[in-house]
Amino acid sequence: MSSLVQISKKLDLDAIRRRLDSSSAPAFWNSLEQVAGTDDFRQYVEDEFPERAMDWADPAKRRTFLKLMGASLALAGLTACTKQPPEAIVPYVRQPEEFVPGKPLYYATAMPAPGGANGILVESHLGRPTKIEGNPNHPGSLGAADARTLASLLDLYDPDRSQSVMRNGAFSSWVNFTAELSPVRDAHFERAGAGLRLLTKPILSPTLGRQMQQVLAALPQAKWHQWDPVRRPTSFNTIHHFESAEVIVSLDSDFLACGPGNNRHAHEFANKRRLIEGRSGTMNRLYVAEGTVTITGGMADHRLRMKAAEVAGFAAELARVVGANAPDAGLPANDSTRRMAGLIGKDLQSHRGTSLVIAGEYQPASVHALAHAINQALGNVGKTVDYSAPLEFQAGDTVDSLRQLVADMNSGQVETLIVVGCNPVYDGPADFGFLDAYKKVKLRIHLGVYNDETGAISNWHLPEAHYLESWSDTRAYDGTVTIQQPLIEPLYGGRTAHELLELLLTKAERSARDVVQEYWRGQPGTSDFNAFWQHALHDGVVPNTALPAGTAPSFSSAATTAAAPGPGAIEIMFRPDPAIWDGTFSNNAWLQEMSKPQNKMTWDNAIWISPATASRLGLTSEDEVELTYRGRRARGPIWITPGHADDAVTVHLGFGRVNAGHNGNGVGFNVYGLRTSDALWQGPGVELRKTGGKHGFATTQYTYTMEGRDPVKLMTLAEYTSKPEVEREAPPREMTLYPEYKYDGYKWGMAIDLNSCVGCQACTMACQSENNIPVVGKDQVSRGRHMNWLHVDRYYHGKLDDPELFFQPRPCMHCETAPCELVCPVGATVHSGDGLNQMVYNRCVGTRYCSNNCPYKVRRFNFYLYSDWYTKSLYGLRNPDVTVRSRGVMEKCTYCVQRIAEAKIESEKEDRKIRDGEVVTACAQACPTQAIVFGDLNDPNSKVALLKKQPRDYGLLEDLNTRPRTTYQARVRNPNPEIDRGA
Amino acid sequence: MAQIFPRSANSLAKVSVVGTVLLAGGLLATAYSIDRGHFNTNVGVALDQPVPFSHKHHVSDDGIDCRYCHTSVEVSAFAGIPATETCMSCHAQIWANAELLEPVRASFRSGRSIAWTRIHDLPDYVYFNHSIHVNKGIGCSTCHGRIDLMPLTFKVNTLNMNWCVECHREPEKYVRPRDQVFNMAYQPPPDQRDRGLKLVAEYKIQRLTDCQTCHR
Repeated sequence: MSSLVQISKKLDLDAIRRRLDSSSAPAFWNSLEQVAGTDDFRQYVEDEFPERAMDWADPAKRRTFLKLMGASLALAGLTACTKQPPEAIVPYVRQPEEFVPGKPLYYATAMPAPGGANGILVESHLGRPTKIEGNPNHPGSLGAADARTLASLLDLYDPDRSQSVMRNGAFSSWVNFTAELSPVRDAHFERAGAGLRLLTKPILSPTLGRQMQQVLAALPQAKWHQWDPVRRPTSFNTIHHFESAEVIVSLDSDFLACGPGNNRHAHEFANKRRLIEGRSGTMNRLYVAEGTVTITGGMADHRLRMKAAEVAGFAAELARVVGANAPDAGLPANDSTRRMAGLIGKDLQSHRGTSLVIAGEYQPASVHALAHAINQALGNVGKTVDYSAPLEFQAGDTVDSLRQLVADMNSGQVETLIVVGCNPVYDGPADFGFLDAYKKVKLRIHLGVYNDETGAISNWHLPEAHYLESWSDTRAYDGTVTIQQPLIEPLYGGRTAHELLELLLTKAERSARDVVQEYWRGQPGTSDFNAFWQHALHDGVVPNTALPAGTAPSFSSAATTAAAPGPGAIEIMFRPDPAIWDGTFSNNAWLQEMSKPQNKMTWDNAIWISPATASRLGLTSEDEVELTYRGRRARGPIWITPGHADDAVTVHLGFGRVNAGHNGNGVGFNVYGLRTSDALWQGPGVELRKTGGKHGFATTQYTYTMEGRDPVKLMTLAEYTSKPEVEREAPPREMTLYPEYKYDGYKWGMAIDLNSCVGCQACTMACQSENNIPVVGKDQVSRGRHMNWLHVDRYYHGKLDDPELFFQPRPCMHCETAPCELVCPVGATVHSGDGLNQMVYNRCVGTRYCSNNCPYKVRRFNFYLYSDWYTKSLYGLRNPDVTVRSRGVMEKCTYCVQRIAEAKIESEKEDRKIRDGEVVTACAQACPTQAIVFGDLNDPNSKVALLKKQPRDYGLLEDLNTRPRTTYQARVRNPNPEIDRGA
Repeated sequence: MAQIFPRSANSLAKVSVVGTVLLAGGLLATAYSIDRGHFNTNVGVALDQPVPFSHKHHVSDDGIDCRYCHTSVEVSAFAGIPATETCMSCHAQIWANAELLEPVRASFRSGRSIAWTRIHDLPDYVYFNHSIHVNKGIGCSTCHGRIDLMPLTFKVNTLNMNWCVECHREPEKYVRPRDQVFNMAYQPPPDQRDRGLKLVAEYKIQRLTDCQTCHR
């Protein structure tokens, strides 16, 4: 550990700024250290896997080393000499009819999420769900799935999930619970429910809503409260149609990454940007005003950097320009913002009915009112914006609801509280003091997938069934209902909220399936119930359940003018973490190790701060500071984030857990302790005090850097229209010593359109799940040993304070003349007849020459036994079509060869060629913007071949004549010419 | 000074030089034969099964087709092992009280599967697909031997990689007409090579020796 190169974070930010302002600035850069060019950074980069031998803490003497090596060499050959252990084949007793042994089945269901569920198809091998994919029929998915949805599969198999009913911290059982609940329930029924309270998340399930209604009808004195730390309460639902929007203004909305309908939004947004032949010259334009750095801001043609509180002022100015009837709100805009608002307003006005203004989930109601007013003034309502009834059952103000509950608990009015699927002890607003109030309740019952902070201090903790184990129903962002079906029996005897409420209501143990069916039997259009049920389950959507578009509601001009911060007052922004969200996924190792799109950080959260503010406060990355906000304190490390608003910091929720599980406990720092009910998302006046401590991060932005080459090609729409060709540096084909391969069968290739890629990381998660990719932990990530086959690189372009963001997914390039192949001494990486660069694990002896010789740095080495071979519950998770790798072998992207092989076998049985689109790699399948396209290059009409014919097509490091099969299409920006001129 | 080594030491030296070589060779040969022999490969070894199932009886005497039990052999990677229910479809009537079949009846009663011992067990990094072999004209008996004559089932081929690759390199030596795939008594004709080449062309059989044909 001691010899690991630590990249010094003591950076001269002024020098970096000068360098980036100068003419010698690198066009694309991915870290401040790279721009500064410090010695230790150079050393880190030059060593491919930094500090290979540092794992031995004590320096091994030469003699000891030889002894060790001698022994291991002697034993090395013998390890192969085990006799294959006998294995059993265990057939069914009664084989289900539709089941073909050896073939997976796919079931449609949905993952509930705040603001709308994601429709999914789940691949099931012999009853084990192994992979989540998007459901093409589902309006919120359209075949794509986001990173959190894909990674939620790991939670199902998580051994840290709640496995038993707990009574005051001791193991108990459902039988004991029902026995004890029964008299309590009867007592509450005698008093019409007085003293009984229920706390749930906002209810998206129509069946659960009806059950709640029944409970409240039977127990009129009982009360139901709702709380979700990240769902913005709304009295109506706004649906945005990006497919018909030419000009989009985002008021601090991260609509591509989070919030309701993000997959759908990304899909439609990218479709309006796609430059394909015959459709050139038309592209939407995106303006983003935001304080923190989001991937939506990364896609912006013009990004306006401002504090979150200033967005209201900008919106008000914009409203004035377009002539909207709008309340005054927020901070008055400054001159440059005013000028921009004028120009953007002009652009909006020339796109009446084809423009769209969207307010951020974390902006106050006043900004939403402004956005609605602007859309109305522009005639967008009914075209790019629709309104409907709220998604949730009896949607209400969750903050007020929780406040009421806490007040009642404190005044002793609550005897029994049933908490269903929430964790308010951890994520409740700090000023409520939920924990102390909760302790005053006589009987505390908690139903949760994890025995979390709330479960730990409840009298009863009940294991909740994971959504992949549950019957239920849930609504998508537009209201469309999916009936959730279980993929597997509950692994740990968990039960659903439906079953708990039924127990409360009738004392009967009814299955959730019966409850859900009963609800739907009563709905119109289900006269032939069996047919309805089968269709709904098969398709994954219940037809005609999208909420009808209604008239625009009247907006209360509740313009709560944000308190104007004094000069220099620093704003704090609370945002859900890009990976683990509000803490729901804290124990999910895939998400914890997913490098966050904006700063490539893993296993941590940080205080994001702009370079200028960091300079002013004398702070640098990794400095530990104490945040003081309204008298509350928290400690966390700094991360300098280019593009962040000045005089503001962003902190992310979901970290600093104590009862999350082995992976989530103690990771990062908890900021819920600073978050109060009147400033859930942002507020001025946070103070930062350096403590003198340091915190080491594991970020992947230093590893595998492209060392000053320009990996991203960029042009404006105007440049594209006049000269669409990108510059390419490929030397002549014959300038190579490699053998010339002939590809007379298939010729697989991949095209990645950088113009569509939004950097959301769904591809990375899909790859991880499909290819059994292990996680390695923070320490190993900091040594550059993370295993993800597909990386999404993030590049900055431009000035230090306000750079543009670019994303570039980097799988294996499958070079036709692959440098890795020639250097392998044991033939473990070889070329296939269809041009795949194959990796043969059972031949690999771990020399790592291939990785050393790979110019793209896409190979990953198992330094340890990273795959967990010993946790039984994880066995079920693995894709049986892909080898689980062992220690000491190299691995890398295979273009999902298992899917190619399957398609090839199926096509040959039918005596035909593989059709275009029949083989979809996991990454391409998950991509919400279809930025990744895979197919046969020998088929001139395949989608991928057509994409590669585009003039925007280029390969990475083509000057090396590696002839990569993975190529990219240049990013095209569509700036407003008037703004560009003025700037 | 007297000689330290007697004359006989010369022969001793020669013998030990030759002996070392022979010993090393012998060790290698032994290791090789253990590795390839039936101790390691289980070729010709009838492993213990919960029920001493006889393919000979069911196939030769009763004339049951392979696919009656191995239902997915034409469509899936896995040929399929019959569910207990399939066994009971006959054995509820025939030999309904035989002691040997008690594990089958027990399984049917209790709903707990019978755990058969795997005879043909490929390593986990090998992905073999039955359906494509059957569809391309590779007969059952080519790999499994005369299973219709086996009272107890054993494997006749090592399933070592060189054995697989032999056919992947020269499929014409083994391919047969599709309608003969399930014929256990099929004998290759004397002009197998010529007929094979014709079938290779007709069935579009490729000589697949890319690693990722089988290893993923």
